[in-house]
Amino acid sequence: MIDQELAAQTVRLALDRGATDAECTLAEGEEFSAQVRMRELEKLKDAGSRRVGLRVLIGKQVGSAHTSDLSSAGIRQMVESALALAAISTDDPHADLPDSSELGSIAGDLRLYSDDIHKFDTAARIQAAIQTEEAALSWDPRITNSEGASFSAYSGGRVFANSRGFAGSYRMSSCSLSATPVARQGDSMERDYWYSLARSYSKLESPADVGRRAAERTVRRLGARKVPTQKAPVIFDPVTARSLIGNIFEAVEGDSIYRKASFLEGKLGERVASENVTVIDDGCLPGLFGTSPFDDEGVPSRRTVVIDRGVLRSYLLNSYTARKLGMRTTGNAARGVTGNAGVGHGNFFLEKGQRPPEEMIRGIHRGLYVTELIGHGVNIVTGDYSRGAAGLWIENGEFAYPVSEITIAATLQQMLMDVEAAGSDLEFRGSVASPTLLIREMTISGQ
Amino acid sequence: MPLSDSFFGHKFGITEHDLESYLSEALGAGGDYADLYFEYLATSSLSIDESIVKSAVQGVSLGVGVRVISGERTGYAYSDDLSPEKIRKAARVAACIASGPSKVDKTGFEEVRRRDLYPVVTAPNEASLAERVELVKRADRAARAADPRVFQVQASYLDSLRQVLVATSDGVLSTDRQPLARLGVAVLARVGNGVPQRGYSGGGGRVALDFFEMEKTPEHFAREAVRQAIVQLDAAPAPAGEMTVVLGPGWPGVLLHEAVGHGLEADFNRKKVSAFSDRIGQQVASPLCTVVDDGTIRNRRGSLNVDDEGAPTQENVLIEKGVLRGYLYDKLSSRLLGSRTTGSGRRESYQHIPMPRMTNTFMLAGDSDPEEIIRSTPRGLYCANFGGGQVDITSGNFVFSASESYLIEDGHITRAVRGAMLTGNGPEALKHVSMVGHDLKLDEGIGICGKEGQSVPVGVGIPTIKIERMTVGGTT
Repeated sequence: MIDQELAAQTVRLALDRGATDAECTLAEGEEFSAQVRMRELEKLKDAGSRRVGLRVLIGKQVGSAHTSDLSSAGIRQMVESALALAAISTDDPHADLPDSSELGSIAGDLRLYSDDIHKFDTAARIQAAIQTEEAALSWDPRITNSEGASFSAYSGGRVFANSRGFAGSYRMSSCSLSATPVARQGDSMERDYWYSLARSYSKLESPADVGRRAAERTVRRLGARKVPTQKAPVIFDPVTARSLIGNIFEAVEGDSIYRKASFLEGKLGERVASENVTVIDDGCLPGLFGTSPFDDEGVPSRRTVVIDRGVLRSYLLNSYTARKLGMRTTGNAARGVTGNAGVGHGNFFLEKGQRPPEEMIRGIHRGLYVTELIGHGVNIVTGDYSRGAAGLWIENGEFAYPVSEITIAATLQQMLMDVEAAGSDLEFRGSVASPTLLIREMTISGQ
Repeated sequence: MPLSDSFFGHKFGITEHDLESYLSEALGAGGDYADLYFEYLATSSLSIDESIVKSAVQGVSLGVGVRVISGERTGYAYSDDLSPEKIRKAARVAACIASGPSKVDKTGFEEVRRRDLYPVVTAPNEASLAERVELVKRADRAARAADPRVFQVQASYLDSLRQVLVATSDGVLSTDRQPLARLGVAVLARVGNGVPQRGYSGGGGRVALDFFEMEKTPEHFAREAVRQAIVQLDAAPAPAGEMTVVLGPGWPGVLLHEAVGHGLEADFNRKKVSAFSDRIGQQVASPLCTVVDDGTIRNRRGSLNVDDEGAPTQENVLIEKGVLRGYLYDKLSSRLLGSRTTGSGRRESYQHIPMPRMTNTFMLAGDSDPEEIIRSTPRGLYCANFGGGQVDITSGNFVFSASESYLIEDGHITRAVRGAMLTGNGPEALKHVSMVGHDLKLDEGIGICGKEGQSVPVGVGIPTIKIERMTVGGTT
């Protein structure tokens, strides 16, 4: 079980050994997964582990260490290692911990942990995975194969303590169901997937629903072709829109801002997107995956409006990037168990609009509905955007045929300005979320 | 080497008797096979940013993974505590996968014949911190000195030393000591207040620290990162549409990794979900193409003495003169497909189940003069460097993004373009290879391959090649 005392002791030991400040993180977790394939159990995994990490300051020099050895000898070795590393680092005038007035934790039950994920035994969990796959396999005769389905459950905890008097901990749980069917028609073979993820078993979608959605997404890809190279409107479904929202996060997080490595650097208060774009980061929404009582520096989570109807209002910062920029932390520190904190997000999402996605599709004469993006062609520094895509071609407001082996390209600057509509279908399937998005025009490369 | 002299024997007092008893426990409920993977991993990372050594981290991770295979089923559990009670508990959890009498007759261990592909006396991880921090400081100074348009430099150095012990119920006992080091430099350059452009270069391998002195210096990586950023300053937007593509030698071999490598991993083919399933013996590339995966090249990042199931790595011919010859097997897929392991069973850590993975994947050199390849191209794209790539192994469609590319016009490389993305289909793309250069080059040692949530270090390589048509995803 979570041990707040061990974290506090480790901080004290570091101070005794010569650190002027210290912060300690303890993380533990238990994972379970049952994977089935073609109606048979394929993999079963069940295990747990713990890890402790320490970051120390000696004046303005910083060192960090971590270990899976939580014995007192292991902890002592970690403390000495962190101190030795601080000694070889360089004075960093901005290195510090958050001011003690900024530390704290939000009150109330955030519903991050639910005991019900332990309610079912291994046999029942395997059964849930088998039912999910079965729902996919029996949905359509063209589903002839499967990469499997799985049920997984996780429970864990996190403790944080620092030398400015903060000590806090919280527990988390999650469980998920997923399926990856394979469909065949002539020479065309395609796979896709679907999943449900929740902090509590009772919030999980049913095996039948997950399997059916996976099957539908897979079958509709069969017989995909390339389209001619052209400029056309592009609709991102909520899955692919999520990755676009993830790109916006990378462009507003403090590290890329202070390094001038973002196309949104220096744009606070300016119009950077169409008025259909409002982007929020909220670490306080109960039961969601980006929620926590405090960030990884002990600063309370909060809600930050990042883009308000197209105008850039705030960056997302930890205490270091805030000091670099002469601003205040937004409670967005994130790290594993050690090292200098980076910047992470809470629940980072684009606010939903008015239009149902079906209506957005009906409004397109000729265009692309994107359901999958692959590759790494996004440059946050310049905003250049080019990714491999697959999806459905829209003719006269209806899906005409599937497309693949194409790329879509533009710049993020232009794409944000060109968001003509955000759908009414916002759902949280993780800590980043977006409704369906319609972009006025992108370059589609095909034949 | 007797087990008592090995890392785990010496440091944790693990004996052959212990290993046999853990394996018996793992097979207590039946099963065809069991193995134990002990891992001790020490890591360091040092980085400089704004000429300040801001981050210095060291870590230690220790644990054991226990696997039981019964038919097509795998049970897996791990422990970060090496006490006998905890290992036995993990073994019993992994055993839950099986039922019935065990089909294994234990007959003791045979130690895997030892070789040393990375004879590194002092691993980088064991060198002094001062020596290692000097590498990032030198990279920072060199990058800043290289060009006044450079305004941000980040250099990072990472190393690890992994000690592994694998013991299996089919009698394999193997130990290995796997050093790994990598230095990388990222820069931003701009003219006045113009749009910044980035450049990146890095490399390393299973080497001693003097690699960064004798072979690839911090200054080498710094200058290369700066050169790439400066090239981008004058680059035009990439073209869009189908065209001839010439790949430069070295890192562009990532094309092979994406276009064919993943699709040839035996787990996908056993399940018949790969675009390459059931195609052994078929023409899947032009006759100019021979592609191998070789885990035995000395000091390379993707090389291993033994894979993570204790099997020696080897050179595996994947495509010979355009004909598909073989897949990459781990133990499970080789058992189920009646083949032999190709030494391709790899895992990220003791917390992960092994699966077939690549090591160093490259195309053998051809006969063409690289300059002639460019001269023979009336119009096309020359890709000198790439970022990452990704493949959908079922449809075979892949993409990869060019980080440094140029237009070819009338047989000459003319202007730089940025943001080019290439896309194609695995079993089709290499059929359009019309020329292969004599200049095979392996990458400098920075590759990380991700599959099903597990990352492992890999290498790639390729000579200059010409692909008659491929889709380029730009904006103009």
